[in-house]
Amino acid sequence: MLSALRALWIVLRHTFRPKDTILFPEEHFQLPPRYRGRIILSRDPDGEERCVACYLCAVACPVDCIALEATEDETGRRYPKWFRINFSRCIFCGFCEEACPTYAIQLTPDFDMAEYHRENMVYEKEHLLIAGTGKYHDYNFYRIAGVAIGGKDKGEAEHEKHPADVWKLMP
Amino acid sequence: MAEIVRDIVHILVMLLVPLIIAGGLVWAERRFLGVLQDRHGPNRVGPMGLLQVLADTVKLLFKEDWTPPFADKPVFILSPAIIVSTVLVSFTVIPLAPGFVVEELNIGLLFFLGMSSLGVYSVALAGWSSRSKYPLLGGLRAAAQMLGYEVFMGLSIVGVVMMAGSFDLGSIVEAQRSLWYVGPQFVGFVGFLVAGLAETRRIPFDLPEAESELVAGYHSEYSGMKFGLFFIGEYLGITLFSALITVLFFGGWLGPVLPPAVWFLIKTLIFIGLFILLRASLPRLRYDQLMALGWKVMLPLGLINLMVTATIILAKG
Repeated sequence: MLSALRALWIVLRHTFRPKDTILFPEEHFQLPPRYRGRIILSRDPDGEERCVACYLCAVACPVDCIALEATEDETGRRYPKWFRINFSRCIFCGFCEEACPTYAIQLTPDFDMAEYHRENMVYEKEHLLIAGTGKYHDYNFYRIAGVAIGGKDKGEAEHEKHPADVWKLMP
Repeated sequence: MAEIVRDIVHILVMLLVPLIIAGGLVWAERRFLGVLQDRHGPNRVGPMGLLQVLADTVKLLFKEDWTPPFADKPVFILSPAIIVSTVLVSFTVIPLAPGFVVEELNIGLLFFLGMSSLGVYSVALAGWSSRSKYPLLGGLRAAAQMLGYEVFMGLSIVGVVMMAGSFDLGSIVEAQRSLWYVGPQFVGFVGFLVAGLAETRRIPFDLPEAESELVAGYHSEYSGMKFGLFFIGEYLGITLFSALITVLFFGGWLGPVLPPAVWFLIKTLIFIGLFILLRASLPRLRYDQLMALGWKVMLPLGLINLMVTATIILAKG
């Protein structure tokens, strides 16, 4: 009996407590930066696309929601001709981000992307590609990788020696 | 002619005010529960979510009103009507203000007891006519619970009747001019509150419904507006019991400054709030605990209270 009265008192005191509920569309809350939300394609610090269209994300994707087609520009730099993510299939597992060798595909803390029409859940490259570098500000794949593209020959990457001249390697 | 108009006004007020309060409770209970549980409750439909009542009503009206093919059809349809009509009829004897009562019965309290006992048939028959195991269990529990609680509900208000010397609710209120009966009849008040909780099948006495055990208990098979009637019947019951607690133990319309009807409504709303607060804080009793509380605690307490009251009244002469 006494415990019942105490319970009443304790519950009544909660009238004056602040509410735990966040009124979502009006109020937002800070998600951790590594939260796995909407997927984006980032650019390197020079403003070029990071994606080299290696298909590793499409292979890693357990629900097959990523589709793309690779192409090359005239200097030999690979990039996706089109890149499509079907967010009505995506399970936000983050495997694509883990698989990506160039930090191009990244998951962001943005999650409120509900739509009235299923077709609108399919994001094309222009919807995915952002202007910034995402979570990795200084990384530029082509400045580190040894592959030769326009404006950078073999051996000109960071921490890279020029290739050995086989004609001068005589004993 | 003037009398007929006055009667019609009384009838309309006593019909509409409880219905409006009961309808408002659909929203108010959820809002208040939310406040007690550190959340907001329904606050989207209309200002402060007030139009939630309308939304729920429209939803219930447009739902399929399905009667299971295995049910006992006439009884199945009749039972939700019984609960609402018995409670609404009980409101006829409640005095809202001096002289403001639909029917000034000199046995008003007995009439209320009779009507609330009839209300049990609604639940028991609903469970029985559904011909389905969970409603049947709920109905059986309701019947057993009412048997146990009807007895000491009657006993707990006999003390009030003895002190006021009348079964008429108006005279009972008038007799409390010097002292509200919650003081001398505190045991009776507790008994009546517990009985009221059991009678309206509210937590902690919601065994006939017992969502976690019996799906929805006696109204598992009901849908649409038939379910809505059970729903509104429960809220009407809460309003009725709050009004009766006010009349019997808290001096009804008596109070300074404000008009009598306002005092009556304020007190009634406070007790409705208490019903909701109890729901927010207490767990459901087990079946044997329910029975033990009714027969082994509340009934003897009521009898002792009755004897002590009678002795004091006799000794005073």
